[in-house]
Amino acid sequence: MALLGFMIRRILGGIVVVWLVATAAFLLFFARPVDIVAHQLAGRAATPDVINEVIRNLGLNQPIAVQYWHFLDNLVHGNLGFSYYTGESVNTMLKQDLPPTGSLVLGGVILWLIAGLTVGIISATKARSLFDRFSTVAVLIGLSMPVFVIGELLILVVFLPLNQHGFHWIQTGYSGPSQGLSSWVGHMILPWITLAAVQAAVYTRLSRGQLLDTLGEDYIRTARAKGLSERRVIFRHGVRAALTPVVSQLGVDVGQLLGGVVVTETVFGLGGIGETSVQAIYTDNLPVIIGFVIIAAAFVVLANIVVDLVYALLDPRVRIA
Amino acid sequence: MSLTGLEFVAQEVPSDAPAVEGRSQWQLTWRRLRQDKVAMAALAVIAIMILLAIFAPVFVAITHHPPNIAYPLTGETEAGNPVPPGTAGFWLGTDGTGRDLFIRILYGARISLFVGFVTTAIGTLAGVAVGLIAGYFGGAVDLVLARFTDAALAFPYVVLALALAVVLGPSLPVIIGVISFFSWAAIARVVRGQTLSIKEKEYIEAARSLGAGPFRIMFIDILPNLLAPVLVLATLYIPTAIVFEATLSYLGLGIQPPTASWGDILADAQNFYSVAWWYIVFPAAALLITTLAFNLLGDGIRDAMDPRTERIFAGAAGRRRRGRLRRGALTGGVNFPNAAYVPPDHTANPPEI
Repeated sequence: MALLGFMIRRILGGIVVVWLVATAAFLLFFARPVDIVAHQLAGRAATPDVINEVIRNLGLNQPIAVQYWHFLDNLVHGNLGFSYYTGESVNTMLKQDLPPTGSLVLGGVILWLIAGLTVGIISATKARSLFDRFSTVAVLIGLSMPVFVIGELLILVVFLPLNQHGFHWIQTGYSGPSQGLSSWVGHMILPWITLAAVQAAVYTRLSRGQLLDTLGEDYIRTARAKGLSERRVIFRHGVRAALTPVVSQLGVDVGQLLGGVVVTETVFGLGGIGETSVQAIYTDNLPVIIGFVIIAAAFVVLANIVVDLVYALLDPRVRIA
Repeated sequence: MSLTGLEFVAQEVPSDAPAVEGRSQWQLTWRRLRQDKVAMAALAVIAIMILLAIFAPVFVAITHHPPNIAYPLTGETEAGNPVPPGTAGFWLGTDGTGRDLFIRILYGARISLFVGFVTTAIGTLAGVAVGLIAGYFGGAVDLVLARFTDAALAFPYVVLALALAVVLGPSLPVIIGVISFFSWAAIARVVRGQTLSIKEKEYIEAARSLGAGPFRIMFIDILPNLLAPVLVLATLYIPTAIVFEATLSYLGLGIQPPTASWGDILADAQNFYSVAWWYIVFPAAALLITTLAFNLLGDGIRDAMDPRTERIFAGAAGRRRRGRLRRGALTGGVNFPNAAYVPPDHTANPPEI
């Protein structure tokens, strides 16, 4: 029951955070004079009458409080507003872009965790081995590399040579899993690696350090002394204790992940939510950007709640609190 | 007589026995750091980068290729593509509009290093102030500031940068503002944690009973103890800030053309993947070498400042290698560049976003 109360508190807190972010995002609308937006929409040769018409149509002439109420009302009903230019619903736009973004996040996170934890655990158990030295260097390079540079280099040294030699499995752009699983993986494999690389480096370092600390504890020596197999000592006693801080770090890193998603989508032309938002910036399409900010905030909040839940499952002490 | 004067006089006193020379923590750190070949190489690379950036105009004078001038006749092939390195006096080739790539990388280094140092300085000052205040005063002040710190650490910074870039329009001050805004939180968290433990020490109580005010205690009595971890964190934040700036510029939200910036060069280079490898490889290498050098130097300083490094493993030969094992010990396991990691105490207080 304590866990249930904990979850309810966390969800309520999360709703408050999303509301705060949404309000801040709403205020962005008014950081600039509305007639500039209207002017851009109406075109260069627009008369003042036309501009006023545009302002009226967008509801920009109403008092801020009224507009804020409309905005919140729409938000509660799951309506993020409409594109300034096409009049298309932001919901529809973001929904269309969801499959590439979802594919990217899903595969990227799986790859990132598997690679980071595996390498970290092997490095810690074989500290100072050749593998450990090699992975330490790789981690440093990974930490120093911007996401977009990894993506560009992958295109330059993997995608281009392969395609020039008639090997067309690896592609840029996006192709959904419904069009063939192999083609989907072929389109997504480089973006997955790109998204996972930097984070994997961080998690390798983190899990290696945590596990090394844990393996130095007295109870590990006790476990060995009572004759447990090394595998059991490392996985049942070492990794489980070492992983809890790694899991709680996940919540912090979800925000970083979103940044990586925006960049990766742009590099590979995946046409996901992130890329659409970047495009929206070039065209000053504020409703789309605000929609993205709110979605991103909701995603971060949700991910943190999930992380807390996992944390509570891993660490019994949290449940009591 | 000033304190320095006293020391001066004291050193002048002739003595028959060889005096044991006192060494400050910084002298010790520097001595250890000097023996660290990797860190010294990194320092040299950084120095070279800074010199290249400062003396970029000298290279313009040598090559006669100003950074923003295009050379359509010599700097582009007949098809309008960049020319390869070494062609017509272009040491590293040209970019997509026939400008000298080498010169533009040098000018990009100016932006990157400037943004890296300035934002780190701002973020460090702000982070130290927030951390000290939150840790020292505690209570409601701490609650608000610590929550704010957590929020800044968890917020998707690229998303906020996107929003701000739209509202304010991309420019150098906006970029510096955005990057600084995200740089203080990690330092604040570490400083707060350290302050919480230091403020309970007896000498702080002694200072208070002598009538020292809170700000004197914070900045004169507590802060000097925190300089070591703060310096390490700051060194390790510089590459993060450089990557941040490059990413913003890559997305078109940072430095605006025609001003050269590594991120912007790499964004343009995407149009020439198949015809001009140098257009991607050289700026990417400049970026990677710079950030790698700062990361290696930061790690080296961390090892050098950790007093246990020498006490636990006597003998300098294996010091660095072994020091790596406990990397992060000093700063509570902080892993830059990314977010600071200090194990949150979930048992006492479930984390909010």
